[in-house]
Amino acid sequence: MALLDLSGLVAGYGGITAIKGISLEVDPGEVVTLIGSNGAGKSTTLRAISGLIRPRAGRITFAGKAISGMKPHDIVSLGISQVPEGRGIFSRLTVAENLALGAFQRHDGEVHADLDRTFRLFPRLKERENQLGGTLSGGEQQMLAIGRALMARPKLLLLDEPSMGLSPVLVETIFATIAEIRREGATILLVEQNAAMALEIADRAYVIESGVITLQGTGAALAQDDSVRRAYLGEV
Amino acid sequence: MTPLFLAHGSAEFWSDQTVNGLTTGSIYALVALGYTMVYGILQLINFAHGEVFMVGAFAGYGVLVALGGEDISGVMVLVAIILALAAAGAASAVTAATIERVAYRPLRNAPRLAPLISAIGVSIFLSHLVDDGFLDGKSKFYPQIFPTGDLSAGPLSISYLQLFLIGSSLVMMAGLYWVVQRTRTGKAIRAVSESRENAALMGIDVDRMIVATFVLGAIMAGFGGVLYGLFLSSIRGSMGFLPGVKAFTAAVLGGIGSIPGAVVGGFFLGLTESVGRELLNEIPGVNLPNEWKDVVAFALLVVVLIFRPTGIFRQRETKRA
Repeated sequence: MALLDLSGLVAGYGGITAIKGISLEVDPGEVVTLIGSNGAGKSTTLRAISGLIRPRAGRITFAGKAISGMKPHDIVSLGISQVPEGRGIFSRLTVAENLALGAFQRHDGEVHADLDRTFRLFPRLKERENQLGGTLSGGEQQMLAIGRALMARPKLLLLDEPSMGLSPVLVETIFATIAEIRREGATILLVEQNAAMALEIADRAYVIESGVITLQGTGAALAQDDSVRRAYLGEV
Repeated sequence: MTPLFLAHGSAEFWSDQTVNGLTTGSIYALVALGYTMVYGILQLINFAHGEVFMVGAFAGYGVLVALGGEDISGVMVLVAIILALAAAGAASAVTAATIERVAYRPLRNAPRLAPLISAIGVSIFLSHLVDDGFLDGKSKFYPQIFPTGDLSAGPLSISYLQLFLIGSSLVMMAGLYWVVQRTRTGKAIRAVSESRENAALMGIDVDRMIVATFVLGAIMAGFGGVLYGLFLSSIRGSMGFLPGVKAFTAAVLGGIGSIPGAVVGGFFLGLTESVGRELLNEIPGVNLPNEWKDVVAFALLVVVLIFRPTGIFRQRETKRA
């Protein structure tokens, strides 16, 4: 059974329907990517999953439970963590406080051990532990956003454009980290404009255009697809 | 209180003015905290906050009267005041949480003006409910149970009551600061103040944290209400209006949204009304009696806003994703 299952999802803002009947699924342990150009409906899809917007139609099922229409904090407690577009760092809170909020709903004794793990994954965050989030560079903020989401020990990690606004070197670093998280067994739904990197790391991929899924397949297959190469990989 | 026979300009005179300024300033600061915290999280001026302060004053009054009123003496004075503060904090908290639920939450996504009008409506409703509905236009008087007397050293002199007011409000403010900075709820409140959406993605129940913010600010206002009653004795339904506007002024002076700003702004405003006004009186030809303190306070607000619109403690702009 799929961990996450969207079927016929319709959502938007005001008079705009940003996604028009999307169906996709993510199996446990998989890295699935949703690629598409700016405004195609990628972020709207993630926002609907995490409860920030209420779907107008369709069904979202997580671990067998219908979650559409639930409040965001209740969805987090089921095990979905989102790294929002633009990273969503609390700029007036310290790095340590940002990470603590990632584990807001946890009351188990292993939060501290997970903090150490996050610092092993991102040694830079350890160095900046007591600095305000707003003083970090873009790359450091992205590390903090990912580290913070992992502090929730999510069953499913939603990543919204982790490469956005970062230099090519930092993009490599962030994707190497995602690969590492994946090796530890995480299930990830990755939304990206950077199709080349996303397809390389993904088990399966969906292409979204104007709110509709137009193509799907394994990451490797889509990376070889002519239309994908033309539209998203910058080849003529 | 300043005895009128003190020579203007003597060391005793200035010391008294300073103590008076710190005393009223501590009440302004306690009330200002609620304005600044609610503004920080909702960008809403809670104009009913003065009435939350008033409810606290009456709850404290009720406890003191129930425990014997003027007959309370000895160690019972301290016990009674602590119980009065606790009751005031609780009553103000319940009032503020109810106001949030009934008058603000339904308007959360309405245009900015709607909750503002709602706030003004709640303010007028509560003050008239108490004055006309319960008290028939009359005031109530706090039992005068606090030990009288002064602590003096050289030209410095402070009454036990003023010392208690300033000292206890500093302790309460330190407590609030600890809650906001160190506790899980405090961190969550600060996160919600920066971004409701991103806080929700952390698993924070945003509505609950908004209520918690109202409650924390209300507890401070309730404490302030009891201190006001102990100091000025007379309380009535409309008592919250002027201190409310003054505390709001203090919050703006300090930099609305900033907790240290509210405290500094409160003391600054209190001192301006006493010491600042008397300093102006040092200018030949100027004579501003105590009744002019409100004029001085609001003139100061205008001047500060012209030169520093963001207040003393500028609140860093939050980046909205």
